[in-house]
Amino acid sequence: MSSREAILASVRANLPKVERPLPVVPHFDSNPPASLIDAFGDMLKRMGGSLLAPGPVDDPLAPVRALLAESRLICSAVPEIAGERDPATVTEPRALADVDHAVVRAAFGVAETGSVLLTDTDLQVNSLAYLAQHLIVLLDPADIVVNLHQAYARPEFREHHYAAFHTGPSATADIEGVLILGAQGVRSLSVLLVPKPPVNRT
Amino acid sequence: MSDSSSERRPENQVVEPQPRGARVHGDRPIDQAEAAERFIAAPLHQKQHDERLWTLRSRRDGEMHAMPEWEEMRALAAAIKEHTLTHLDKYLEMFEANAKANGIQVHWAKDGDEHNRIVQEILERRGAKTLIKSKSMLTEECRFREHMAKVGIEVIETDLGERIQQLDDEDPSHVVVPAVHKLRTDVAKVFAEKLGTDPNDSNIYHLAEAQRQATRPLILNAEAGMTGANFVVAETGTFVVCTNEGNADLSANVPNLHIASIGIEKLIPRLEDLPVFIRMLSRSALGSPITQYTSHFRGPRAGGEMHVVLVDNGRSERLGMEKFWTSLKCIRCGACMNTCPVYRRSGGLSYGATYSGPIGLIIDPTFNARKYSNLPFSSTLNGSCTNVCPVKINIHEQIYAWRQEMVREHETPFVKRAAMKAAGAVLSRPAIYRAAVETGNAAIGSLPRFVIYNGLNAWGKHREVPHAPAETFHQWYKKNRGDKK
Amino acid sequence: MKVGLFIPCFIDAYFPEVGIATLELLERFGIEVVYPRDQTCCGQPMANSGFEKDAAATEALFVRNFSGFDYIVGPSGSCVHHVRDHFTAVEQTGDVTDIRARTYELVEFLHDILKVDAFPWARFPHKVGLHNSCGTLRGLHHARPSELHEPFFSKPEALLAKVEGLELVTPSRPDECCGFGGTFSVFNEAVSSKMGYDKVQDHAAAGAEYIVSADNSCLMHQRGCAERIGVPMKFIHIAQILNGAEA
Repeated sequence: MSSREAILASVRANLPKVERPLPVVPHFDSNPPASLIDAFGDMLKRMGGSLLAPGPVDDPLAPVRALLAESRLICSAVPEIAGERDPATVTEPRALADVDHAVVRAAFGVAETGSVLLTDTDLQVNSLAYLAQHLIVLLDPADIVVNLHQAYARPEFREHHYAAFHTGPSATADIEGVLILGAQGVRSLSVLLVPKPPVNRT
Repeated sequence: MSDSSSERRPENQVVEPQPRGARVHGDRPIDQAEAAERFIAAPLHQKQHDERLWTLRSRRDGEMHAMPEWEEMRALAAAIKEHTLTHLDKYLEMFEANAKANGIQVHWAKDGDEHNRIVQEILERRGAKTLIKSKSMLTEECRFREHMAKVGIEVIETDLGERIQQLDDEDPSHVVVPAVHKLRTDVAKVFAEKLGTDPNDSNIYHLAEAQRQATRPLILNAEAGMTGANFVVAETGTFVVCTNEGNADLSANVPNLHIASIGIEKLIPRLEDLPVFIRMLSRSALGSPITQYTSHFRGPRAGGEMHVVLVDNGRSERLGMEKFWTSLKCIRCGACMNTCPVYRRSGGLSYGATYSGPIGLIIDPTFNARKYSNLPFSSTLNGSCTNVCPVKINIHEQIYAWRQEMVREHETPFVKRAAMKAAGAVLSRPAIYRAAVETGNAAIGSLPRFVIYNGLNAWGKHREVPHAPAETFHQWYKKNRGDKK
Repeated sequence: MKVGLFIPCFIDAYFPEVGIATLELLERFGIEVVYPRDQTCCGQPMANSGFEKDAAATEALFVRNFSGFDYIVGPSGSCVHHVRDHFTAVEQTGDVTDIRARTYELVEFLHDILKVDAFPWARFPHKVGLHNSCGTLRGLHHARPSELHEPFFSKPEALLAKVEGLELVTPSRPDECCGFGGTFSVFNEAVSSKMGYDKVQDHAAAGAEYIVSADNSCLMHQRGCAERIGVPMKFIHIAQILNGAEA
């Protein structure tokens, strides 16, 4: 008998003989915050990230370019920003080890937690969001959901092989509970609310 | 949180040495009380440990008060887990089918040894000699690192707390904060010995940065990566890993081979069940609404390989224990450890087991009843653990039930058995009891004898003994209320 | 109303004043109180140590002693918790389950059954720290435990609020266990004592002159700890305050 068969047989033999129905899970979103953007920003700040002040109407990406002005090496996965390293050309995850600033676009954000979802499609190379020293995230303000119940109802979790919520930068408090930002992953995470570019129809 | 970390310490300053964990001799019953006493005898360590974890408990309370639906969420989490466990075979098969459809290779391991052999085989097939990994209590259970060391595969822990413990050749002491029992001076000592840092620099920022710099090249050069999993969604073939450092994502996304070690009890049925647990996990563990990283893996990257090893190691057997199967609901949040007043003053290493604190008390006996036969007695049965458990495991009631089991299975010392039998005999016979209680100043000596059979010394070691009154209530009543019966 | 007075073994032996205060307090409300002479113990020490079987005879004796009362009332939360929730070594006949359900701890009896709204004879002009033992708090649900998200309530506080001059002060960890835990106090005495030291120091730092509790086993342990480390704390059972004890 294979281990698989042995384990499943053991499980079946030991199933508790009690009635335990699967409950209906509500969304708990009947009392959302007055402003999803404000709630998102407050929580992001609490978790160690920053919400960039919006740029001028005619140059919405200005705050990002200001952050990138002194960058040693930029890798951008978004069409709006140009960088020295193009993720589309990267074949080896390690090749992004020297990236200073990475710029990506999130699929959506969550007001409850200040999180943004980054998918493998957004990142193009998954390791980009973890090897870079600093992460800059573009987020369409129309794509902020109230809470995680709403978040998990979205299609991204059925469509991608990899999708990760980022909530602020990398952190640890493993030594005497002192909070360190920039543990193994990015040292900082900044979000700029800017609508998605229109889909190109040719 | 402000850092009051010291600057460079003068070389001759005395620091408190770190108290080590329980003495382990094969399968001999662990003496948790002895190890706890040594922890308390290191007051700086004990104070930091107790205050740090109480802070986590307080923050958890803050999150609880901010969520009106908190108790409803606990009830949902418990119900979802109990449903899943009572249909576990179905959900395991569902997960396997969906995972395979997305290109994940699924393996099954009956026990820790088989898990280790399977992982070794996967690594050797790819010629991988270095493995980076994120935190996994399951791999601790399997004694994974020991096995890999024997077969020449280098394993590097990437979680800061786990790495400290690995370098110090010591087990993790807490399921979420593995080095919480250490002071910064202990970490400075370990890093000085193993990473070549300044032994007198215990600045926490410097220590964390030193680990980041030392580990990064190991991450970049690793040939394979390993993670655990916090939750497994049967419906979509997804496993979810929650970290604060992002080290699971580094381990999974830098090398081309990702192996996930997963206990079979981690299953939940649907995506819509997931937010119940994600919302409760970090709030219960650390008092933060979510971990910095919550990563969902459903399939390998193009050109990469993804493996899942589903591990039983006693879980299916525990499922059949009428009083104890609900301990399988555990999501490893550590809230029970944070609230337990005994754990906070003992340190997790005093339990001599992979799992410590209240949850350890009820699951360790299933791994080794003899070795862990004393653990259920390292509790005051105060019940705080049960109240903080996000999946409503009745922990303190299971601790009580394990005591009955241990006695039934003769895992208690003979002297204790004899005393209990004697106590039961005396307390059920009024005349004998009266005689014992009312013999002058033997009142102290005969207060339920079980309390003092191992010498008045034990009570009186750190406390004053109770004062003997002039007469008992019984004597007073007889004198003042006469023969009224 | 006929009440059987349950005086736990250690109160009989060490704290007769608590038994006397309980008796007198109940009599103030016109209740007929009977003290069955052959009572000994509830069986908790054996059961909590895993020796449920050895508690059976003691539990059977309890049942024999306390048949025929409207209520059985005792000034000890941990003992009453044992009777109501763990009294299973003895065969569960109709009589046994009936007696178990009629057994009340003093505070809950005063609050839930008698619904006492005044203690005109009681005056205690002191700063008092309330210690809810884990048995009364989480076992008998005397008050809201700090871990749970539910509306606040406290039966002992409601009663103490009716005592003239009494000022309640709150420690920083209001319901952390004090470390007694029965045999735990002996087999794990280092941790038990440390918990006791922390508890009395917490109350002292909050300004308490007295620690009051419905559970004397906790008070006994805390007093032993306070005396050892020189914390000048006084200890009193809630029965004594409610019965009009002077400081």
